[in-house]
Amino acid sequence: MPHILCIEPDGTERSLEADGGQSVMRTAVDAGVAGIEAQCGGNLSCATCHCYVQAPWLDKLPAPSDDERLMLQNVAAERRPESRLSCQLIVAPELDGLTVRFPDRQS
Amino acid sequence: MSLQGPILIVGAGQAGVQIAESLRQEGYADSLLLIGNESHPPYQRPPLSKKWLLEPGTFNALSLRGAESLVRRRIDLRLDTAVSAIERAAAQLVLANGERLRYGRLALATGALPRPLTLPGAELAGVLSLRTIADSAAISSAIRRCAADGAPLVVIGGGFIGLEVAASARKLGAAVTVLEGLPRLMSRVTAPIVSEAFERLHRSHGVNLLFDAKVTQLLGRDGQIAAVVTADGHEYPAGCVIVGIGAIPDDRLAAAAGLQCEHGIVVDDCARSSDPKIVAAGDCTARRLPDGRLLRLESVQNAVEQAKSAAAALMGRERPFRAAPWFWSDQYDVKLQMVGQSHGYDQVLTRGDLHKPAFSAFYFKAGRLIAVDSLSRIQDHMQAKRVLDNGLSPRPEQIADPQFELQSLLREARAATADGA
Repeated sequence: MPHILCIEPDGTERSLEADGGQSVMRTAVDAGVAGIEAQCGGNLSCATCHCYVQAPWLDKLPAPSDDERLMLQNVAAERRPESRLSCQLIVAPELDGLTVRFPDRQS
Repeated sequence: MSLQGPILIVGAGQAGVQIAESLRQEGYADSLLLIGNESHPPYQRPPLSKKWLLEPGTFNALSLRGAESLVRRRIDLRLDTAVSAIERAAAQLVLANGERLRYGRLALATGALPRPLTLPGAELAGVLSLRTIADSAAISSAIRRCAADGAPLVVIGGGFIGLEVAASARKLGAAVTVLEGLPRLMSRVTAPIVSEAFERLHRSHGVNLLFDAKVTQLLGRDGQIAAVVTADGHEYPAGCVIVGIGAIPDDRLAAAAGLQCEHGIVVDDCARSSDPKIVAAGDCTARRLPDGRLLRLESVQNAVEQAKSAAAALMGRERPFRAAPWFWSDQYDVKLQMVGQSHGYDQVLTRGDLHKPAFSAFYFKAGRLIAVDSLSRIQDHMQAKRVLDNGLSPRPEQIADPQFELQSLLREARAATADGA
C-alpha cells in the first residue's frame, strides 16, 4: 500500500500507510494529523482540509476541478500555487511518497 | 474558573470530539474522558440524510476521527454509556448503571433530538425520524422497500432533513409526497425566491409537494403505517413516513441540574454556562448574543467553533465565536450553501440563473449585507463568507451590477490594512 508523508504545522513529519482510493484528508484525519479540520467531511463545502503539496508532487497530481479551484480562492491560511484541498487528493500506487504540509489555520 | 482535572465531556459527536482535540491543542495535559451514549465511535451526521441513504457503506467513511487519532491525543472514550444526572454540589456525574464519576470541569455536548410528532398514530411501525446511524439505516431500508412495493413514501416537513431524504428517495426510485405545513419550503431560513427554486427542483424530480398541509393523524393497519390524514380530510397512502419537523436541543441533563436553559443550554459567546465549572457546545446550546437575543444553530460549524471556545474557556481563556454562521445542504445535483443570518432582512437581490438553478440570494438589512444563500455558486459563498467575517458589506447597487466582483471588497480591505500599517 502506498505511503504518504504529512507534515504538521509545527514541522512534525508523519508517514502514513494509505488505502488506495482513499483521500489524503481521510488518511490524515484517521491518523489524527494536526492542522486539518475537514469540517464538511469531504463534501467540497468548507475548505478546512487545505494543504500545501510539496515538490515534486504537485505536477504528478490530477489538476484541481473548477469547484476546488473556487474553494481554494478563500482558504483561511495563505493561498499558494501548491495549495490543494486534501479531500480531493486520492491516493494511488503511483503517488507513493506524496508529501503534503498542513497550514497553521483552517478556519 | 478553577483549573483542576479531570475533564469529562458528555456527548461524543462533532462538538464533543472537537472539545477534546482543542483541549489538547490548548495544552491541557491531565486526563480526558469522552462519554457517548451510542455504540459507534464518533461519526459525522450530515451524510446520514444524503449520501449514506443512497449507499450505506463501511463505517469508516462516516467516522469523524480514527481510533488512532484519539489514542494519539490520549482521549479516553466510553461508548454505550448514558449519563442520568449531574450532581453539581459534589461535582459528579451519575451514570445510568449507578456509577459515579468525579469531574474537575465538565463539558456538555449532548446534541439535539428529532422533534417528535405528537399526533394519534405517531407510534405506528414505519413512522421514522432521523438522528443516528441506526435511524439512517432504517430509513434507507424503508425507502428501498417502498420503491420495491410501489408504496409511496410520505415526508412530513419541508425543511432540510425532509427535503434531503425526499431527494435520496427519488434517486432510489420511490414515489415521494412531501407535506409542508407552511406555504413554502424551508420558510424559516430562506427567502421565497430560494424556496421557489427548491420547489421547482423537487417537482422536476417528480416529488408530490403539498403546502399548508396540516397533518392531523396517522392511520395504521395491523400496527403498520398505512396513511397520513390532513386537516382538509385528505388521506395520503403511505408505505412509510419520515418525520422531519425540526430538532430540539437535548438540554435535559443540564436543566435537571439547574443550569440556565431556554430551549437549549444558555451559553455566552465563549461557550460558558451559568456554572463556572461547566461549558457547553453544539446543537444542545442557545448562545446569548451581545444584543441579548438567544441564537440556536444546528450545524457542523457551530459545533466545531463553539467547541474551540469551550476548550479555551476550560483552560481559563476567552476565545469568542463570532464568525458568520454557515451551513450546507445537498439536494439532487444542487449544492446549497448559506452564510450569515438572514433573519430580519428587508431586501433580497440575486445574481446568476434562477432556473438552472445556479444563483445566489443576497440578503440586506438597512443597506447592509447580512446573509447569502448560494445554489451551486461556490465562489459566491466562499467570498461572502470572507466578506461577512471581515465585517464588510457591498452596497445593494453593487450586487445589482453584474460587473461588480465581491472579491474586490476583500482586495480593497487588504490594501487599506496594508496602507494603515
